[in-house]
This record gives sequence, C-alpha cells and structure tokens, in this order.
Amino acid sequence: MKSRFVLSLLLVMAVLLTACQPAAAPATQAPATQASATQAPATQPTTEPAPATGGTLKIAILAPLSGGQPTFGISTRDGALLAIEEWNAKGGVLGMKIEAVVEDSQCEADPAVNAANKVVDQDKVHYIVGEVCSKASIPISEIATEKGILQISPTSTNVQVTKKVDGSTKPTVFRACFIDPFQGTVGAKFAVDNLKAKTAFVLFDQGNDYVRGLAEAFEESFTKLGGQVVGKETYTSQDTDFSAILAKVAEAKPDMIYLPDYYPIVNLVGAQAKEKGITVPMVGGDGWDSAELDVKAAENGYYTNHYSEQDTRPEVQDWVKNYGAKYSGAVPDALATLAYDATNLMLTAINSAGVDDPLAVAKALEGIKFDAVSGNITYDADHNPIKSAVIIQVKDGKKSWVATVSP
Amino acid sequence: MQRSSSLSPALTLGQRIIRRRLIGRALLLVIATLAALRLVQGLIESPTLFLQQIVNGIQLGFVYALIALGYTMVYGIVRLINFAHGDVFMVGAFVSFFAVSRYRLHLWLANLVPDLSPDIALLIGSITVILLSMAVCALLAVTIERIAYKPLRNAPRISALITAIGVSFFLEYFGALPFVFSPNFITNERPFPVVTWYINNGIHQLVPGETVPSGSVTFSNIAVIIVVSSLFLLLLLQFIVQRTKIGKAMRAVAYDKATARLMGINVDGIISITFAIGAALAGAAGVLYAIAFTQVFFAMGILPGLKAFVAAVLGGIGSIPGALVGALIMGQAEVLSAGYISTPMRDAIAFTILILVLLVRPTGIFGETEREKA
Repeated sequence: MKSRFVLSLLLVMAVLLTACQPAAAPATQAPATQASATQAPATQPTTEPAPATGGTLKIAILAPLSGGQPTFGISTRDGALLAIEEWNAKGGVLGMKIEAVVEDSQCEADPAVNAANKVVDQDKVHYIVGEVCSKASIPISEIATEKGILQISPTSTNVQVTKKVDGSTKPTVFRACFIDPFQGTVGAKFAVDNLKAKTAFVLFDQGNDYVRGLAEAFEESFTKLGGQVVGKETYTSQDTDFSAILAKVAEAKPDMIYLPDYYPIVNLVGAQAKEKGITVPMVGGDGWDSAELDVKAAENGYYTNHYSEQDTRPEVQDWVKNYGAKYSGAVPDALATLAYDATNLMLTAINSAGVDDPLAVAKALEGIKFDAVSGNITYDADHNPIKSAVIIQVKDGKKSWVATVSP
Repeated sequence: MQRSSSLSPALTLGQRIIRRRLIGRALLLVIATLAALRLVQGLIESPTLFLQQIVNGIQLGFVYALIALGYTMVYGIVRLINFAHGDVFMVGAFVSFFAVSRYRLHLWLANLVPDLSPDIALLIGSITVILLSMAVCALLAVTIERIAYKPLRNAPRISALITAIGVSFFLEYFGALPFVFSPNFITNERPFPVVTWYINNGIHQLVPGETVPSGSVTFSNIAVIIVVSSLFLLLLLQFIVQRTKIGKAMRAVAYDKATARLMGINVDGIISITFAIGAALAGAAGVLYAIAFTQVFFAMGILPGLKAFVAAVLGGIGSIPGALVGALIMGQAEVLSAGYISTPMRDAIAFTILILVLLVRPTGIFGETEREKA
C-alpha cells in the first residue's frame, strides 16, 4: 500500500519532469556549452583582489526563472535587482558601479551547477545571491567553496547549504533566512510570552524532517521557558482521520496545540478539532503559509513566518512602498524580501570589508549586525542568521500580522 | 508409497500444526490478549475517553462499510477484485466538491422556493448531491465494466485483476491532470454547518467557542448523518438483493452464470447493474467522506479503498453482512490502535488483524467454505 503510493508519486514526478524537460532543455544547453568552453583557461582561483575604485562589481543572481516554480525566481530576481538599483543610486559600492548577472538555475541541481560555473568562469563574478531551493543551493555552495566565491542564499533552509558533510562550516557560504527548527524556538517563545500558555500538546509527522525538526525545537524551548508539554502524538502524512488523537487532546486539556505541518494536514486537524469542541489556539510554522490554507479550519491559529508586509516596522513599510513603486503596485512576498535582504547584506559587508575579496567579505559578514527588512540579522557559527520571525494570526477568515518575535 | 504415508493417520507434529492452523490461532490468541489488556487498561484509566474512541470508530467504520459493499458485490458475481473501486469513491467525493463548493447545487431548492423552511430545503439539497454523485459513479462504473472488464470475462482472472489496477491508476492520474481535478489538496466546503453535541448528564448542544466539559463524550451531526445514511443504504441494498426480481437474478448469476443464462437471465445486464449499485454506494461514501474530512485530492481513494477491501475480505468477500461487520471491525481497530497503541502503526495493526483472521478463517468471518454469493 505504502509502496504503491510511493510508486504513484514517482509516476507523477516522472510525468512532471518529462513535461518540464522540453522547455528547460534549450535554456540549460547554451550556458552549459559556454561554461565548458571557458572552463579550461579559468582553472586558477579567481579571487585576486580588484582595485577599490572605478570599474564595476558584478553580482550574480541565480534564481529559478523557468521550471516548476518560476514565480519564486521572478520574485527573487526583482527583490535583488531593486537592492542593486538602490545602491547604484547612492553611488555603488567601494566606488564601483554594481552590475547584476541574472541566470536561470531552475531550482534543480544540474542547471544550477551550469549557471554557477558560467557566472564564475565566464563572467568572473565573485559574489552570488541564490539559489531559492536547497537542492540547487547545495551544489552551488560546493562550487563557491571550491573557488572561493561568496554565496548568500536568500531562502534555502537546508542545513547542508552552509555545512560541509564533515560538519564544518563552508567558509564563504551564508543564508539570509533562518533554518527550519528555529521556527519551533520562536513559536515556543510566542506561546509563553504572548499566549501565556503553560501547557502544550505537540502533534507531528514522524516521517517528515521539517515537521519533526520544528516539533523538537518547540518542545525543547517550551520546556526551557517553563512550559510543560502535556502530550505528544505522531501521525503519518496519509492520515485523514485524526479523531483518536484529538480525543486525547481534549482529555489532556492543553492551553495550546503545536502543529508545525503543511496546510493540508492543518486543514484536516483544524476542522476536526473544531468539530470536537477543542477551542484552544493552534500554533504552526511557515508550512501553513499558503493560499490553500482553510481559514475556517485554522481560525484562531498562529504561525511563524519569515516576513509579513503588514509588519509595522519602518524598514518593512519603506520596502513595501518602494517595491510597489518599482513594480507597478505589486506587494513583495517573502522571496522578494529575502532576496533584497541577501543582496543588501552582501553589499553592506563588501562596503565594510573595504575590498573586493570574498574571503574578507565573509569575515565582515560573520561579525555583521544588520537591520534587514525581515529582521535584525547577526550570524551564528554555522552561518545561519539569528533574526526575528513574524507571527501571523488567522482570525475572522483573514491572515494578519500580530507580532515580530526575536529569539 | 510415500504419498500414502503422508496421508496416514500417524501425522507428524509439524503436519498437525499446519493442518489445524495452530500457529495462526496461537498468534491471534497472544495478540488479542495483549490488545484486550491494553484496552481494559485504557477503559479503567478513562471510561469516557474509551467511549469517545468507540464513537469515533463507528463513524469511520460506516464509511468503510459503504465502500466495502462494492468490492464484495462485484466479487460475489464476477469473481473480480475491482481495484478501481477506491478511485470511483474518489470521483464521488469530487462530484460532491464540484456540486457543493463550485456550483452550490445543495441550495437549489432554497433558491427556487425561498418560503420553504431552510432546514428542509438544505436536507433535500444535500440528498440531491448524494444522488447526483451516486448516479455519476454508477455511470462511470458501468462504462469501466463495458470497456475494460467485459472483454476479459473469459480470460484468466489475473488479466482482469491487472486491468483493474490499470483502471485504478488511470482514474488517479487522469484526475491529477490540472484541467480535471488538479494534483492539489482541495478544501471541500460542507453543505451544512457542523453541530456538535456532548453527552454529560444528558445530551447538550455545544455552542461554538464553548469548551466541552471534562468527562463528556462528543459526537457531531456529521457522524449521525454518516451512520443514518449508511444504514439506510445498507437496508435498501439488502432489500434489493433479497426481495426484488433483480436481486434474485443477481443471486442466480452469482451461483451459476451458465445456468442463469439458460434460465433466460440477461447475465451481462445483471453484471452491469451490480457494478452500478456497488459504485453508487461508493459514490455516496465519497460524498460522506468529503463532508466528514473536508478535503479532496486525486489519490484520496487509495487508502480508504484498500481498507474497505480488507474489511470485505475480513467479513468474507461476497457476503453483504460480512462487509458491514468487517468494516466496523476495521474502523474500531484503526481508531483504538491509534488511541491506545500507536498512531503511526494504526494501518499496520489493521492489516495485521486481516492476516491473523485469515490464518484462522481463510474465507473470512461470514465467508462460506463452498462458494460465495452476492
């Protein structure tokens, strides 16, 4: 039964892949041949420091502009380009004009490697903003580490993006978003400080790393902050009937339920909990963040997220205004915001390093304290940002910002 | 010489164990004892929680029963395990989604006759949705039968079985196409609001936002609707099979196809009707499932379909009361193992029960050793 479902999934993916292939192929072919043609002369490391005045400084933006998630890539590119435009309006960085090199990396490993090789070997870029997806960011980070290129991924949450297999940190790879389990920590802080919860019931899918990571981080922080986890139940992603678990929740009478799963499960659990007269708030993570979230089922729920355009901080409101002015009234999403933050982080670090040298810039990033749109950023030893998260409340059928919580 | 020795009355111990199915019996006994101990412990710890779990299991069991009947009826007549049945159930759920969430068909009477009491209008509207779904599923099943199964009626049974699996995949992935049902999870709107009651010194209605007092057992109007409509459809089916001319013909075809044809029964027509009735029940189950769990997606039929199939085998495939009993056992087994043993293990436990029961009674609880009838 399980294997049949897996097989079905594989079939779907096979169909999707073959469907994507024709469109994607021409786009990858060109950079690939160019990259391999230029590979030979550019074997020596390309990290010789450039003069600090005059000329141009190139920043590559690697984003999925075609393939399965083109809107991710378009938002990322637009956010990053706006940051570069603003810096150029102020006179560039280190006296140099900033030039963006945009490449389509398709949210896949192979095109991402081709795009990264192309920008590094052919365009002689020392700085990369990207990719969106972890499975593309990880191979790019290998190239960045090998060739001494500075990379900031705006949105890839996988631990392996900044960590080598042996557990050490990749010296020149950073990210602008927090990693997944961090949301559990923020969720617990919000539950204790704002919801005044003393007891919590944790529901999670044992077979999903993202969900389990959040649940474990929540439990650890919630207990540390003086709360008590009165019950823990696991389920599988194929479950639709949660009545048995919810009967136990009703019996345990917790102050809140922590359910850090994706929206399909939240929709099911939320609807069934309401049906059983369970009224305590549910708290989750950014897996809830979807237009498909059933707001009736998730009513009176809260979830942590990277950013909200309703955040009242001036940085956010300025950003929303500028983005709308540039892109005909569009509201920036989390991807555009994090790409904007990543680009700003990189340029600020270059500026404070005072030299066009990725290693020096990496040193500057490690010690940076930066007021980004998505929160104040400092880096931990693993190059993961320590920053605030926003809390979104689902109330009266609307999703609205209620708080920004720092760890 | 060797052959006769193995049949001699002096059987070896090993042979005796196999012949009396001792291993199966022993395993069943051990596991049943362990499970019973855990349940008694749970009952003593909190009788209301135990009762609540039983109530939850009944709701699930009746949905399985409706699907299981389709498996059992078709098997009884053409000896085919119709693996596409779960996907017919999925189509039924989607008919309900389109009718209610998209086209608001459940409000037709309320819109047509505004003076009518809204409850009655909604009731008739909801029944219309169920009937529509049943009709669409019946039509779908008859089409599938004519195209995919009828040409294989005299082929080896394995060919028909593989075709059934093929039809199942076809329905799933045809449904997953973006312009059909789409590959996403879709939230289904209920045609009527949920009302929850709790039993605590009498039955009280739960006001939205109110917390249930401890020590009460809750149930919703959805559970009531599922149980009532399932029971009604089951009795109707029993009436059709036992008391009508068509039912008599169905039983005759199940008993002996060739002789039934000689008696002037239109065998092909009866087989089509059997598929139609089974699928109509699955369609009704699809609507009830979509109302209960408010979510539809293209692969939603796989697991309930498999569990209903297990329920049909458990009860004795081919037996209508067996399908009901098997489904109720499955519902309880699932909810009680989720409640008292382990939630991720619930399916494993449910399928273990199947294996153990079959070790002891290979034909299922109500199965006949000679041959099954519809």
